[in-house]
Amino acid sequence: MQVLLDALGYGDWILHALLWLPLVGLGLVLWGPEERAKGLAFAWSAGVFVLSLGLWWAFEPGVAGFQLASSAPWITGWGVSYALGVDGISLFMVLLTTFTTPLAILGSFSYIRKKERGFYALMLLLETGVLGVFLSLDLFLFYVFFELTLVPMYFIVGVWGGERRIYAAVKFFLYTALGSLLMLVAILYLYFQGRSQLGAGTFAYMDLLQVTLTLKEQIWLFAAFALAFSIKVPLFPVHTWLPDAHVEAPTAGSVVLAAILLKMGTYGFIRFLLPFFPGAVQHETIVMVMMGLGVTGILYAAWVAAVQPDAKKLVAYTSVSHMGFVVIGVFALTVNGLQGGMMVMISHGVSTGALFLLLGMLYERRHTRLIEDFGGLAAVAPWLTTAFVVTALTSIGLPGTSGFVGEFLALLGTFETHPWMAGIASLGVIFAAYYMLPMVQRMFFNGLVRKENRGVPDLSRRELAIMVPLVALMIWIGVQPAPFLRRMEPSIEAVLERVESGRSAQVRLDERNPAPELAAQPAAGL
Amino acid sequence: MNPPFAILAIVQEGSETAVEIAFEPFLPGLILLFPLLGFLVNGALALVSGKRAADVARAGGEWTLPENDRPSTHILPSLVGPGVLFAAFAIVAANFLRMQGAGFESPVVVTYWSWIVTSTFEAAASLQLDQLSMVMMLVVTGVGFLIHVFSVGYMKDDPSYPRYFAYLNLFVFFMLVLVSGASFPIMFVGWEGVGLCSYLLIGFWFKDRENADAGKKAFIVNRIGDVGFLIAMFLLYNKFHTLDFGPVFASAPDTLIYGGSLVTAVTLFLLLGAVGKSAQIPLYVWLPDAMAGPTPVSALIHAATMVTAGVYMVTRTSVLFALAPVGGLVVAGIGALTALFAATIALAQYDIKKVLAYSTVSQLGYMFLGVGVGAYTAGVFHLMTHAFFKALLFLGSGAVIYSIHHALHHTHKDWDAQDMRNMGGLRKHLPVTCVTMWVATLAIAGIWPFAGFFSKDEIIWYAGAAAEGPHTAWYVLFWAMSLVTAMMTAFYMTRMMIMTFHGENRTGEAERKHLHEPPPTMTVPLIVLAVLSLLGGWINVPEALKQSWIGMFGALPMSEWLHHWLEPVVGMAVEIRADHVGEFAKSAPLGGGEVVWAGLSTLMAIAVVVASVAFVRKWVILPATESAEPAGGVRRLLYRKWCVDELYDRVVVRPIVAGSRFLWKVVDAGIVDGLVNVTGSLSRAFGFVGSMFQTGAVNTYAFILTAGVVLILWAVAL
Repeated sequence: MQVLLDALGYGDWILHALLWLPLVGLGLVLWGPEERAKGLAFAWSAGVFVLSLGLWWAFEPGVAGFQLASSAPWITGWGVSYALGVDGISLFMVLLTTFTTPLAILGSFSYIRKKERGFYALMLLLETGVLGVFLSLDLFLFYVFFELTLVPMYFIVGVWGGERRIYAAVKFFLYTALGSLLMLVAILYLYFQGRSQLGAGTFAYMDLLQVTLTLKEQIWLFAAFALAFSIKVPLFPVHTWLPDAHVEAPTAGSVVLAAILLKMGTYGFIRFLLPFFPGAVQHETIVMVMMGLGVTGILYAAWVAAVQPDAKKLVAYTSVSHMGFVVIGVFALTVNGLQGGMMVMISHGVSTGALFLLLGMLYERRHTRLIEDFGGLAAVAPWLTTAFVVTALTSIGLPGTSGFVGEFLALLGTFETHPWMAGIASLGVIFAAYYMLPMVQRMFFNGLVRKENRGVPDLSRRELAIMVPLVALMIWIGVQPAPFLRRMEPSIEAVLERVESGRSAQVRLDERNPAPELAAQPAAGL
Repeated sequence: MNPPFAILAIVQEGSETAVEIAFEPFLPGLILLFPLLGFLVNGALALVSGKRAADVARAGGEWTLPENDRPSTHILPSLVGPGVLFAAFAIVAANFLRMQGAGFESPVVVTYWSWIVTSTFEAAASLQLDQLSMVMMLVVTGVGFLIHVFSVGYMKDDPSYPRYFAYLNLFVFFMLVLVSGASFPIMFVGWEGVGLCSYLLIGFWFKDRENADAGKKAFIVNRIGDVGFLIAMFLLYNKFHTLDFGPVFASAPDTLIYGGSLVTAVTLFLLLGAVGKSAQIPLYVWLPDAMAGPTPVSALIHAATMVTAGVYMVTRTSVLFALAPVGGLVVAGIGALTALFAATIALAQYDIKKVLAYSTVSQLGYMFLGVGVGAYTAGVFHLMTHAFFKALLFLGSGAVIYSIHHALHHTHKDWDAQDMRNMGGLRKHLPVTCVTMWVATLAIAGIWPFAGFFSKDEIIWYAGAAAEGPHTAWYVLFWAMSLVTAMMTAFYMTRMMIMTFHGENRTGEAERKHLHEPPPTMTVPLIVLAVLSLLGGWINVPEALKQSWIGMFGALPMSEWLHHWLEPVVGMAVEIRADHVGEFAKSAPLGGGEVVWAGLSTLMAIAVVVASVAFVRKWVILPATESAEPAGGVRRLLYRKWCVDELYDRVVVRPIVAGSRFLWKVVDAGIVDGLVNVTGSLSRAFGFVGSMFQTGAVNTYAFILTAGVVLILWAVAL
């Protein structure tokens, strides 16, 4: 495999191809006839996924830094560059994106009945936007893509959504745009600090890492970045846009939202908050606030989820609960915690994406999302039930599925530094069963009482083709997570090392006297 | 900490000239692989057959099995289901025999692949083959095989037959993972895995809401315990930086402070896990409800194997419990209390499976008492004998229910097939079931020379013997409680047998003709289990009893075999206890040696059984439909199971649901989202007010302009 990839020069062009191919597909979809749009979009995104699979081999597992990286000047006057690269952290986010997008498109075939070209074009635009977020090694570029994702999602919810789609779309857009505006201010601050310290203005990620900041500066910038990312995660209490957006979004919108868009928030935590503001992320109050919100989110969202009458809303709240595990794992600042957080991100992407796909399939059959409208479906749709139950069990972290690996490591890693937080968060394990099992029972078990449910068909071949890879991945990661963990480990450790060294630099900086010396030799530490 | 093992290897051989052959495991992976394959095959068949049934259901009908021409999806599971169990059992037995001749100092760990691995943590997919896991695997595959065979007869008319065997095989797989995993995380995989299968099998007939409810309850209650297991793992990891059994137990005596807060916390959290899985107070409530599953499931999961996982866990981690005397005391206390408490409920139940369910809870309490006082071998011994006689009792009750159900079905009578008030006099119709169940009853009642006598007596003896040391008063109390429980056990079991098999039949005139003994697939397992319930206790006759009449004056060939067998596993714990607490006493709290008390206990049990036979036979029992709920305070309270479910509902379940609703409606939709919407509305209102000034009329603008100028001038003038 390696030889083949080398012969093709795979490493040189793959990241650019991944990033821009969906846009080419967008053009083709818009160009082509309406009735071909879905087939074309699926084939195109599936092709992108197949291409991206080569990354699994092209990526060197033992290396911490960015790989396949390239950089070219873009807006030279401002120091903006077109810089791309992957490391062990973004690799899986990229693969998750390319994996999920074709499945989400395939899941929309019978759901989207109007303006199909527009819909599938937006899906491909969304893919480019998200891949840009995960691949960018330039903060300006990152910000552009970060904001770019809002646009297609806004229209996907606003045009193809449910009854309250306008409210949900506007809320989604304003809420997240507001957060990222503050981040833009913070990025600009970094830029100007960089210009004065480094001599030249730059937005390049690697360059800005060398900017030294006082603790006070770090805390303010941390707050701005953290707000933007926390809204995306979403972290309690800035989560209320999510249930509305999920409920109103069409299936594919929900899938991409849950599986990928939320990960942009936690990805931002790991990629930006930790390396840029090591002093702030080790500040006791900040750690306690972030962890406290994470733990609160885990339990609070689980409780709120449990009493939701709307199945989609229920699953939306479980996202808040799951992402809480990522947050505590990240802020535990341990290898296990961070690796666990990453695994939760991957597993949540797969399992929650699958749950939304399944709920979409049920919606197409019954045109309702209310749990009480279902019941006894196991008798008429055993395959669908099997897929749902396996996915639900993955979601609640049963050992042997991907859900367990992440949750276990995140809790283990959190316990190392914050035993009480981890102890309380562990209760989420109970409440996960409390929200998930009653829903499963009320929808699939009990008697087949309602007449409308008797005619519900089982999975079609297309739906089976969607579910099989998802379920296979849940089990595969659950049984064999080591290849995943091994690939992300060096990068995670590098982040932690940077946080550690940031602390010692901070001590020097806070002692006041060596500050000028540091400012004079900004690159000394790296 | 080498010596205990080294000594043992020689003790086991019996002579110092024995040649030590290293134990080489024989294809241990296959033991687990066979049930897993069975699951995959049966699962595939279940999907195929489920699809067919669903097609019929969607058309408005109900798919029924053709009487004679069974589809292949319903023939293959009969072979695959029990077949993979037999294969697994054969490999376990082969390994067991190899282990017999070999001496080895530390457990053999076979690693297959690295599972969860980071730079600071590693959990490999590895199995640990030692004396304890071998005993457990023998029980799981052996008794499991018999129950699988029984299921072939019991479940053959069920439309979901392949699904049943898929779940059952999967259960055995996870149970084997549980008992053979070489680290805490792998054990946890089995731990939650068996919980999953239990959930699926309790709710096997999911169309009835009660069954689905019972499965859900079991899963959630079990997860409460699982959190304890998780936190115990986290605590251990922080201390040892590994969760593999070998290094943790080897370094525990040197690393952990005897009676220290860390080891005490670890044991108490582990105990929480054990309490959930093994249905002890306060988390026992799921087990009686679990009887909603098919009866062979109750025999396999909720009597013989899964529910004993807690006892296995305490034995496996015996080093930790020995280092935490308070942890041990709490285990013993919970065990003694549960044994007594559940026995009182069993006194007044009419549902035959409910009697057995509470009896199981009670017997599990005995096992906890045993391992809690530090008599680990006694606990495992009772686990084993209990697996024999309780599986037999459940399967026997299954045979009874099967035949009553068929009789009621014939005449379309809408009666409860599990209510003992609808039974009576069945010994004429089901003689084999009756005789074999009597064997099990005598065993559980603790009558010599049946299996239960030896194992239960040993636990009671050690509970009393532990009183010589710290916490004397507690251990004396536990000892007394266990004696009282033994009397109660003899009574409620006799009551069950009399109500079911003796006296006049109450099923009905027309139905009586249709009462038959079930087919051999069901009776043969009963007979095998009856033999084991009779002989099973003879493998571990205490040294002190061997030369008395109880040990048949030394005629038994295998006295204290299990004790010696398990010594490499629990030896270190026993040594720690001996170092800190001292040896067990040689006499009971009221005086008297082991022989005296063993004799007394069997005599008391016989007396209770005889008295109960006479007592219960005099009762006038009416069929369930004609009986009222028992009157009178205590009997009613016991019949209603001390109203614990109602209490939990009020104190735990309802507040949580109400709290959830409050969080949703008031906090989330009201406050958190309310603030968001208020922000939105405020900015809109602000914009609206601003837009009012944009009238387009020149005089308005002129007025505002003038007002502004005046205001500014006024401000400047000030």
